[in-house]
Formats: sequence, structure tokens, C-alpha cells
Amino acid sequence: MTFAPLAKLQIQEPGGSQSCESLQRFCPDWIVENIDRYWTPLLQHVYLTIVPLALGFAISMALAILAHRRRWLTGPVITVTGIFFAVPSIAAFFLLQPITGLGYTTAMVALVSYTLLIIFRNITTGLRNVPAETRDAAIGQGLTERQVLFRVELPMAIPEIMAGLRVASSTTVGLAALAVYAGAGGLGAEILTDKHFKSNVVVAGGLAVLLAAAFDLLFLGVQRLITPWQRARA
Amino acid sequence: MSTAEPLEFRAATKRYPGSATPAVDQLSLEVPAGEICVLVGPSGCGKTTAMRMVNRMIDITEGDILLGGRSVRDRKPEDLRRNIGYVIQQIGLFPHRTIGENVATVPSLLGWDKARTAARVEELLELIGLEAEMRDRYPSQLSGGQRQRVGVARALAVDPPVMLMDEPFGAIDPINRERLQNEFLRLQAELRKTIVFVTHDIDEAIKMGDRIAVLQTGGKLAQYAPPAELLMYPASRFVEDFVGSDRALKRLALQRVRDIDLWTAAKIRVGTPVAEARAAIDEADVSIAMLVDEKGRPQGWLSDRALAGERVTDDRRSPAHPILELDDILRDALANLLSTETRYGAVVDSNGALAGILSLEVIQHFLQAAPTASLTGADLLGE
Repeated sequence: MTFAPLAKLQIQEPGGSQSCESLQRFCPDWIVENIDRYWTPLLQHVYLTIVPLALGFAISMALAILAHRRRWLTGPVITVTGIFFAVPSIAAFFLLQPITGLGYTTAMVALVSYTLLIIFRNITTGLRNVPAETRDAAIGQGLTERQVLFRVELPMAIPEIMAGLRVASSTTVGLAALAVYAGAGGLGAEILTDKHFKSNVVVAGGLAVLLAAAFDLLFLGVQRLITPWQRARA
Repeated sequence: MSTAEPLEFRAATKRYPGSATPAVDQLSLEVPAGEICVLVGPSGCGKTTAMRMVNRMIDITEGDILLGGRSVRDRKPEDLRRNIGYVIQQIGLFPHRTIGENVATVPSLLGWDKARTAARVEELLELIGLEAEMRDRYPSQLSGGQRQRVGVARALAVDPPVMLMDEPFGAIDPINRERLQNEFLRLQAELRKTIVFVTHDIDEAIKMGDRIAVLQTGGKLAQYAPPAELLMYPASRFVEDFVGSDRALKRLALQRVRDIDLWTAAKIRVGTPVAEARAAIDEADVSIAMLVDEKGRPQGWLSDRALAGERVTDDRRSPAHPILELDDILRDALANLLSTETRYGAVVDSNGALAGILSLEVIQHFLQAAPTASLTGADLLGE
């Protein structure tokens, strides 16, 4: 395509949005007019991110606490979650369909399994980075193992845990765009519906990027709020 | 206000599975209530292990440890630990908690109410000389010395009868270490806690201990004695080597000038009849006389010419230098004496009047005699 015929076509059909869609071009006007049709997919996408993150966090936390008590569990957990992580997501969505059918469940199972390695590893690292002397001082003052974990080790691991959540949220936003193959909708469904129409792809893709950025900022904000000691320097 | 309980090791032994020799071997010693017992020895002698058996951070294999007459084995480890102050070299403050929260760790475990905790925190910060506004700072905002003080305050929070201190000043630079040691001894003079203090540094042991337990490899007790006695009568070749060949000098660090028998010198004023002066000189230990002013303050050593006429004239052979004080530590007085050319040091009392003469011979004589009273580093700080 050259510039001249395009310009001609636009003049012939001043209908604006119609011509933009049929030409599959990128035009801001069309985006402004049609932005409303993206809200539902965006909400679906938020849902496809938050739920797997929450579930993944809960499962990873339970596994990490278990592995903190029984160190030998750490290796096997990393191996298994590592395998989950390595399965191509598209393959996972298709492989799970015979078991969980088409829809949210399939998408959730796959998305949760991707968060496990990242979050588990970060919680474990955070707990291990607590200096031995801090633990020793805690036990020496009469804290029980449980109190050491909840009052000292986990709070001190917050920066690493939040870092894990941030990576996991970006990853999940990205992977949730493929959940359309599991029949779960989301922004990926919009992209796939009209994948050659640039305006559509840019809006849907752009919203996913903004969503990832929003999650990142949210976690960063929460982290700053709950770790005031990190900002305190002499 | 403060409580303390006696502590007793009764053949306390720690054996690790797979190890031929015990880490602590039949350790028996008694620490009277309110005293500092220093466990000292080379690395691997089991001193830290012995200390950690007291609050059951390490479990006793055989024997027992009694706290206030009660076996530590009969108590739940957490309960026991909450009633034993715990200070370690790396301090181990919680970086995510404020200073106030750190100090309040044990009170919060024991469920103290807010008002009581806040009052205690305030009291403790004052005790360790930290401004009240430090309460809301985080450990990373404090200097090493301040953090160490907070570590001590935290250990004292519920006024425990016993404290365990594992190389508490080991990570502090020498100047601040000395200051913190002195501060702590002053604090202890007030609090009178029973303290088990671990160090590898014999000088620190001598300074801090009311009693010193020297441990040797294999967790065996080589000697348990007050510092002066340990230096005077090392029980074995091992202890002798460990305290060092300068143990005589170390003893000097435990005494003040006032503690030893000084020589006398004739105190002569200008205008005194020479006959009278000569009689005074004959009576004194030192064969030369000190010219003093009307208040008895030393002015200089009299020359022979000053005694040539009817009356003593102002003719000095040398200035009265060095001037030492009764409260000077003997080691410092000796150093002073050695750095000048004189054989005699004029010792003055708090009014500046001549109280006696210190000489190398006086010190030598003192070192050959048995310790009169077993002084400790703490005794030298009180004023």
C-alpha cells in the first residue's frame, strides 16, 4: 500500500470509524468511539489476574512455610513448580480442557500453576535472608518458632515477597491474554476476534500493558506502606 | 528494685552425637547472685555452648544447671528465656521494628499492657542514655554503639534475674568498646544482675569479671577465680599461657595507687631549720626531700645546696614530676613513671597535697606479695 490511494479512500468515505475498521488501520478517533466495548474484557482480565495471584500466593505461602520447617521439601517443590512453569501456556490450556472443560476453571488452574514457582521462590529466599543473629536473638528472648515466623521472619521477608508478587502479576497479565484459548475471555479474546485490525490490537494490548503497570504500582505502593523501616536510613 | 538469682552449673555436660570429646565437660561452678562470671578461653573451648545451656538454646546432655536453686530443665524453654536477658555480639535487633518496639519485645510476649510497657521503655532508654525521641527510630538509623546499648536495654526489659552476654562488645571499635564496658560496669553496679559473660579476650575478662572461668579445649574448666587471684596464681601451665606473660602488668590494671604501701618522703618548707629537715629526711623512706608549699603541695626535689645553710632555701635539683594521684590506676601510674627520667613519682591526694612516693621498687614489692583484697575491674570504676 502506498500513501496516495489510502488518502484517496479516506476522502471517498468520510464515515471515519467504518472506514478505519475496514482498512484495519490505527486511528485514535475509532479508539475513542469504541473504547466502551473493551471494559468487559478488561474486567475479565483483571479477574483472570487477581484470582490466580491470590490463589497462587496462598498456595505458595503454605508451601513455603512447610518447606521452611522441613528444608528437604524445598528442592522437590521447586522442581515440580518449575515443571509447571516450563509447560508452554497454550499447551496447558489445551491439555487441561479434557479434564476441566472450556472456561474459567481451565484458565485458573493453568494461571495459578505459573505463579507458584515465582512466588514460592521469593518467599523462600526472603525467609532465608533473615540473618541468623536475628533469629537467634528472637529465640533467645523466648519467642516460639511460630512467633519467630510471624513476627520476625515473614515481616522481614516482605520486600522479597512483594518483588515476587510484582513479577508474578506481570507474568499473569501477559499469560491471561492467552486464556482465550481456554475459553475464558479477557483482553486476549478481543485481540483474537480482530487480530488484523491495528486499532483493536493496540487498544486491547495497550490495556493489558496498563493493567500490568497498575498492578506493579499497586504492589510497590503496598510494599512502601507496610515496610516503613526500608525507607528509614540514618 | 532489681532482682538477681544465683546460678550454678552442676557437672553440666554437652555432648554432640558423633563427636568423641564433649563440647562442655562436667562444668561445675557457682555464680553468686549479682556477680559477673566471665567464661573465657580459646575458640572451641565451649564457652558459648556453656552459656547457651543456661537458657536452653542448647540442651544439657548430662548434669544440670540451677537458676535460683531450680533446674532449668524443669522449665519450658520459652518461659525460661523470657526471664533471662540475652545479649549477643551481632545484637540481633529486629530491623523492621522501632527501637521502642525492640525494647518491648519480651514485655509484649508476657502480655504487659500498653501503659506499663511504654513507661518501662522510657525508663530503659533513659538508663542507657538514649534520647527519648530515639524510641521511634529504626535500628538502621542508629550507630553501632547505640544499637549495642539498645540490645542491653532489650535484655533488661522485664528486669530478669540473670543475663547472658555473648561477646557483647566484640564488634565495637576499641575506643567505643572501652566506653561501653565502663558504662555497663556502672550500670551493673546499680542493677547487680547475675551475669554470664562470654569473651575470648582475657583483658576484657579481667576488666568485666567478678570471677573468671578459664575454659580449655574440650570444654574443661581450667580455673575459676577472681581476676587478681587468677593473675597471681594461675592453676596450670595452660592458664598461665592464656593470661599471658604480662600477667604482672595486668594485675596493675586492677589496682589503684592508693591500694599499695607507698614510700614516704620528707616534706620540707622553705625556711625550715636545716637540722629539723635532716631529721625528717632520716626518718623517711626516700633519701631526698620534697619541697612543699604551705598546703603541702609538692614543688620540687630539694638539692643538697638547699640544706647547706641554717635554714632550708629554695634550691631544687629537679621538678616534682610526674605528679600521680591516689586514684590513678597503678598501670597508668607505672607508665607515667617510666616515661620520665625520675625514679620517684610524687603521689598527691585529692587536695593536691603530697601523700607518698611511688617507685619501681614499690610496685615490684607489691607484685611479689599476695593479693590483699581481690579487686575487680568494676571496683575501679565506682565513684
